[in-house]
Amino acid sequence: MKHLVSMRDVGKEDILHLIDLAERIESGKIRPDLSGKLGALLFFEPSTRTYFSFDTAIKRLGGNTLAMTGSGSTSVKKGETLADTLMTIRQYVDFIVMRHQIEGAARFASEILDIPVINAGDGTNQHPTQAMLDLYSIYKTQGTLENLTIAMIGDLRLGRTVHSLAQALSDFNPTFYFASPRHLQMPRYIKDELQAKGVQFKEVEDIKPIIPQLDIMYVTRIQKERFAVLEDYEKVKDAYIITPDILENVKSNFKLMHPLPRVNEITTDVDRMEYAYYFPQAKNGVVMRQAIIHTLLND
Amino acid sequence: MINKKQLKVDPIKNGTVIDHISAGKALQVADILNLKQTDNLMMIGVNLSSKKMGRKDIIKIENRALTADEVNSIALISPNATLTIIEDYQVVKKEKITLPEEIKSHIICPNPNCVTNIESVETRFAVANENPVEVQCAYCEKKYPIEDVKFRF
Repeated sequence: MKHLVSMRDVGKEDILHLIDLAERIESGKIRPDLSGKLGALLFFEPSTRTYFSFDTAIKRLGGNTLAMTGSGSTSVKKGETLADTLMTIRQYVDFIVMRHQIEGAARFASEILDIPVINAGDGTNQHPTQAMLDLYSIYKTQGTLENLTIAMIGDLRLGRTVHSLAQALSDFNPTFYFASPRHLQMPRYIKDELQAKGVQFKEVEDIKPIIPQLDIMYVTRIQKERFAVLEDYEKVKDAYIITPDILENVKSNFKLMHPLPRVNEITTDVDRMEYAYYFPQAKNGVVMRQAIIHTLLND
Repeated sequence: MINKKQLKVDPIKNGTVIDHISAGKALQVADILNLKQTDNLMMIGVNLSSKKMGRKDIIKIENRALTADEVNSIALISPNATLTIIEDYQVVKKEKITLPEEIKSHIICPNPNCVTNIESVETRFAVANENPVEVQCAYCEKKYPIEDVKFRF
């Protein structure tokens, strides 16, 4: 692997390799050394959480970062092309982590740069490090990625996280349940891809009957910023709210995941339940990003 | 006696016949080949009856060979078309055109937020589905039915 741009480029072997590496880093069996390495964190579109996670991942391994958040303070505002910005920053650093509102920006960067590019989100397209940390979290809690029953809940149409995750898990014989408001259903192209791979999935409206079968429930926020009309958001924002009552009959291995930030889709009294895994999930992001950076710098 | 079939579409001396174009797609093929600009003799038949297809379109152009890119693009909008090269009224080559795996630079991505519409970069599309034809942008990864994309030559 030279870059990490899209989960479409990451095969089953790569997934298992990265999970194994993350596990070894977390247990202290290996400690990648990033001392002397400088990574550019280019967040053309702001994202505090992903930014902090990468910054932590790099600094805890002895590396350093060069940071840019938002395009306001740079020459981008003066009309410089993305290509020129990237080519200039490339002269200073060993690798680039990039979030951009333009779809395909990371692919473009990976084609013009000769140093590793990690996609930290390109518009509504891909967010592969989130997918990888989700896979690692599932693996850690279930001991396997194979044959799991997973419900994805919330905004399945615009949430790129659930798209990447569904695609990535499709090689591991999952059973999916998709629950979302009618206008926010899983896109047809994802369902077509799953069908072509023989993956079992079912779209449901009521989540209560399926809860006792689940190994993982993956809840996403219905994103206000993705709606053009506020009224439409108001109509669907409370469609699925996870409370302790709903989780009464879950399996003992059940875990509740969420890419964060949450608004009200999981009530705070769920946080103290043993099933709540969203904060450890965020921590897993640091280790997984270390595994990704280590792999890209050494391949 | 007048041959009624011949009245519909005359033969050409030298050039290319694109036959078995999906009915109603000939004008789109003509657009791809930029035939509005041509001085060459050209015949376009639309909704002709066909034993195999029920209805089909056909284009005959004198003194014009097609580039590989043009053939690839025609394959996208009419995957069953056939290509015949005519020299001195004789068929010298006949082939069924096939869908390419990748189309470079000739498709404009319909996604306004795709990097190919913002930075100076050649587009690349993969054929994601053959029937009906869908193409997928290598950059923004969005998939589009072929009817929704525009071509650029």
